[in-house]
Amino acid sequence: MAEPLVFARKPPAARSPGDRRHPTYVAFVIHRISGLLLALFLPLHFWALGQALQGEAVLEGFLRWTDNPLFKFAEWGLVVLLALHLAGGLRVMALEFLGWRAGQKDMVAATAGIAVAAAILFLLNVG
Amino acid sequence: MADLKIRIWRGDETGGAMADFSVPARENQTILDVVTQIQREQAPDLAYRFACRVGMCGSCAMEVNGRARWTCRTHVKRVAGPGEVVEIRPLANLPVIRDLATDMAPFFDKWAKAQGSFQPKDAPDGSVPAEFSVVPPNSKQRMEADAGIECIGCGVCYASCDIVAWNPDYLGPAAMNRAWTLVNDVRDGANPQRLDAVSGDAGCHSCHSTQSCTERCPKNLDPSSAIAGLKRKLFWDSLLGRR
Repeated sequence: MAEPLVFARKPPAARSPGDRRHPTYVAFVIHRISGLLLALFLPLHFWALGQALQGEAVLEGFLRWTDNPLFKFAEWGLVVLLALHLAGGLRVMALEFLGWRAGQKDMVAATAGIAVAAAILFLLNVG
Repeated sequence: MADLKIRIWRGDETGGAMADFSVPARENQTILDVVTQIQREQAPDLAYRFACRVGMCGSCAMEVNGRARWTCRTHVKRVAGPGEVVEIRPLANLPVIRDLATDMAPFFDKWAKAQGSFQPKDAPDGSVPAEFSVVPPNSKQRMEADAGIECIGCGVCYASCDIVAWNPDYLGPAAMNRAWTLVNDVRDGANPQRLDAVSGDAGCHSCHSTQSCTERCPKNLDPSSAIAGLKRKLFWDSLLGRR
């Protein structure tokens, strides 16, 4: 019997970047990026909590410093990231545990809606 | 009518480049018509694959403007406006044999790896069972199997899947869609082995549910939900000690 043909991996020139413009792919990218950014924020969060170890005054001083508008804006970004990641994660869990076949694009839209609602609610409460 | 500008990837497993062609535009024209015109009139050595020309066999899938498609069911008008270039490449995630023809062997090998063949429960020796199984058409499992059974193995989902690109061992959407139809087949007796085969790094747990397979499937099947079904089945079976 002849040896089976062995092909090299496809040469780079045969590949294109590929067209991934569809809602569930965008939802995947948003979920992944928001997750990575939240993971980057965690050490900062623990560092801030760690200020309490140096006494009440140090923590209080740090918390007063966080009242500045730039920090509030960053905090808003954090809330948006959390809302995006939470809503996106719930959508994926619904797909995998409940087996919802239909309406995936509607669910992506709903998760975006939840994130926007959270962002607006936070902005209303900041003022 | 103006000519169409077509760019086709030409080469083999050692490398290649895009080649430009100009094809007379017609009122009704599919991408497969265009490739055939080029092969018959301009580049007789152009390699590509087709059989039925009517969307039944699934052998003419190629990448058209970055998206895997059946070329026989894709009108030029749908992918390019007037004057726009149409770029045609071989299916992604598969080795190139030559030009637009890819080697489908890794794709079908993975169907075998996912235990994609029916194993009769009643007759492991291959003999005809004494009694016919009764499978009500509206039973939940039959409907789950029905949802994925129409796959014709064109490889569009496999070429659209990022996980296959990231992990060449990943079984891919079509193989696992097939496995899910058999998991739901009450006559099948090989599910413990099949569920072992589709779990792990190269199986359903690697799927990120980006759903490009579902989005691109020309048959409007939903391999992403089939993979989610496998994950769900494995989760509950493992949690409840059923495997």
